[in-house]
Amino acid sequence: MKGMTVIVKKTTQLIAGIVFLYGIYIILHGHLTPGGGFAGGVIVAGSFILLILAYGSDFLNLVKEERGSTTYENLAILVFLFLALTGMVAGVGIFFANWLPHGTPGELVSAGFLPLYNIFVGIEVAASILTIFLALIIFKEEVLK
Amino acid sequence: MMNPLIPLFVAVPLAGAFLTMILGRFITAIPRYMALAVLLFLAFISFWSLVVGGDGSSVYTLGGWEPVDGVPIGLYLVHDGFSALLLCLISLVGLLSVTYSVSYMARYTSENYFYSLFCLMIAGMNGVVLSGDIFNIYVFLEISAISSYALVAFGVEKNELEATLKYQILGVVASFMILFAIGFIYWSAKTLNIADIRTVFSAGHDNRYYLLIQLLLLTGFGLKAAMIPFHAWLPDAHSSAPSPISAMLSGVLIKAVGIYVIIRLFFNMFEVTEGMSIVITTLGALSMAVGVFLAIGQWDIKRLLAYHSISQMGYVVMSVGIGMILMARGIRSEVAALAITGGIFHMLNHAAFKGLLFLNAGAIEYSVGTRDLREMGGLAKGMPVTSATSLVASLSISGIPPFNGFFSKLIIIVAAVMGRFYFLALLAVIVSIITLASFMKFQRYAFYNIDPGKIRNDIKEVPAPMLLSMITLAVVCLLLSLLALPGLRETVLSPATDILMDQLKYSSQITGM
Amino acid sequence: MTVYWLCFILFLVGLYGVITRRNLIKIAISLSVMEFSCFLFLALIGYTEGGAAPIVDTADPVKIYVDPLPQAMVLTAIVIGLATTAMLMAVIIRIYRKYGTFDIREINNLRG
Repeated sequence: MKGMTVIVKKTTQLIAGIVFLYGIYIILHGHLTPGGGFAGGVIVAGSFILLILAYGSDFLNLVKEERGSTTYENLAILVFLFLALTGMVAGVGIFFANWLPHGTPGELVSAGFLPLYNIFVGIEVAASILTIFLALIIFKEEVLK
Repeated sequence: MMNPLIPLFVAVPLAGAFLTMILGRFITAIPRYMALAVLLFLAFISFWSLVVGGDGSSVYTLGGWEPVDGVPIGLYLVHDGFSALLLCLISLVGLLSVTYSVSYMARYTSENYFYSLFCLMIAGMNGVVLSGDIFNIYVFLEISAISSYALVAFGVEKNELEATLKYQILGVVASFMILFAIGFIYWSAKTLNIADIRTVFSAGHDNRYYLLIQLLLLTGFGLKAAMIPFHAWLPDAHSSAPSPISAMLSGVLIKAVGIYVIIRLFFNMFEVTEGMSIVITTLGALSMAVGVFLAIGQWDIKRLLAYHSISQMGYVVMSVGIGMILMARGIRSEVAALAITGGIFHMLNHAAFKGLLFLNAGAIEYSVGTRDLREMGGLAKGMPVTSATSLVASLSISGIPPFNGFFSKLIIIVAAVMGRFYFLALLAVIVSIITLASFMKFQRYAFYNIDPGKIRNDIKEVPAPMLLSMITLAVVCLLLSLLALPGLRETVLSPATDILMDQLKYSSQITGM
Repeated sequence: MTVYWLCFILFLVGLYGVITRRNLIKIAISLSVMEFSCFLFLALIGYTEGGAAPIVDTADPVKIYVDPLPQAMVLTAIVIGLATTAMLMAVIIRIYRKYGTFDIREINNLRG
């Protein structure tokens, strides 16, 4: 697909990085403030989508990107499952057990497994929304061909 | 003591699905063996849990959140007599469908997507069956529904896409009705746990939306189970999907996400009331009768089988409904138990023979290249195994003794007569006779027609993995009739009936009181 | 009470759209309207008069919070809704490619 005008490109260039960082912030503070893996992941995916929309991308690149995002999505969910399964292996024998030390409430590194879950949910959501977006564009490009 | 295997029923197929997606990209043969291994493992642990678990139910609390003052918090997975049977069904039919797919799906592209979606569907169904709270039922139901939408459309041709569009629109409307009902439940009961909702509702506080909730849930899950006023999507979706998926959809999915949830909710979450049980019985009887009349004029094999699925599910719902009416009246509880046992037994049998029939239809399509009965004939000579197994399945579904369908229909009819529902018993007999007529037509046109213009000598039998799964299901059809014997019936079917009949057992095992 | 009725009316508006519209995209939009009426309803259930965001505040132990459980439910349901909408859109694009139309009356290969 084609890119947009230079005004859009410049604005996107300026804000895409900030959007991305804001998404990361939301993901990392998921256990302390409203938001979390899903909301942050959507924002992160939004920054990628913004870039693709503004700058455009040729068909082959899109296919390659889609493959990459699918791989990230699958890996993230596998790690998530693995973290849940560690609860079964590590002594307590319970699926989804939060056996890491919980720390003091309100600090960034606290709440045991929750920040880890949030991080991987964030990667998962960002990658899957990007995959959906890319898949729909690829459909469209195939029709145009 | 918590059974540590319970979360694996969901975790293993999920892991299998995503591993398939990663590894299948590098090695093309991996997906099918991965799916086979996952299903083999599931079949093993489900039967092991059924045998070892016996009638003892096992409750698994995710994350180890124990109940506080008898009020359950956290997520619960409940493995009891009823869900154990469904789990065995899902993994057995799933295993045989995957075995079948190894040859059947070789003609399609993107096999890794197929097996990945298949594992996801299995994970969703296992989750629905095990879940102990109503919102998780919704979540897992959507997992299995979304993967089945994609699987129905797997051929991406005109018919598949149209079928999946109908299926999706009705399925999504059904999901929203369920979600709305869940909202109302949470509003009036302030809890989502099935056992706890039961406790709150029976304590009699804030019952204003009781009827609305029941009707929304019945409509939503009725759409998922394709009871007769809501059946429009089923014949299209089940006939357009690839055959192993048709076997899964018809054999397991409509039971696990439709019938199972209706039975579970209306026995274990709501009080059994006479009005609602009459509605359920009417829905069942209507599906039974109308489904078979719609089936009789069909010439497409898979559409014919799909309409018969509606009719046979009608037997299950009607029989369970008779049990509910008797329970609500508080009379003749042994007849009610018999009716419910008959319904559950017929559900198991239907999975075996309808799965087998769809696999047969797939084999015919694989070899002959058409699904139209008028274009075939004399296949018995070229495809002896397919012919023999489909004869077994046809006799089973029509209720001919020594096959399993006979015994479950007999139990249902006997229970209806003993409960003095003479009209329903008569209807069940008539529907059974029409079913027999319809399957005689199928057998005659497909396998025994010796019209010289139609006989083709170039028909070959299908590859070995497909034969293996068809033969296994035919054997299962015969073996399931053993469940009618008194000794086995008590150990396998009675725990399921008990958990539904006993008003307090389900709640007490979760709250621990 | 009025807001709940408005939710229900929104649900019915969506249902009306699904039943009467002929264009597949409009049907998908109507389904989204239904979906959001459900989400709105769930979010309203958890609302408490004067409640704060459900984050534990150690300084003020008697603070009133809104119910966090419906919010978690809405979030889960949004994720599911995203998946169903994406799936529906993918199918609609495919259908457009095969049939060359969005009109549901012309998509009638299967019948009987």
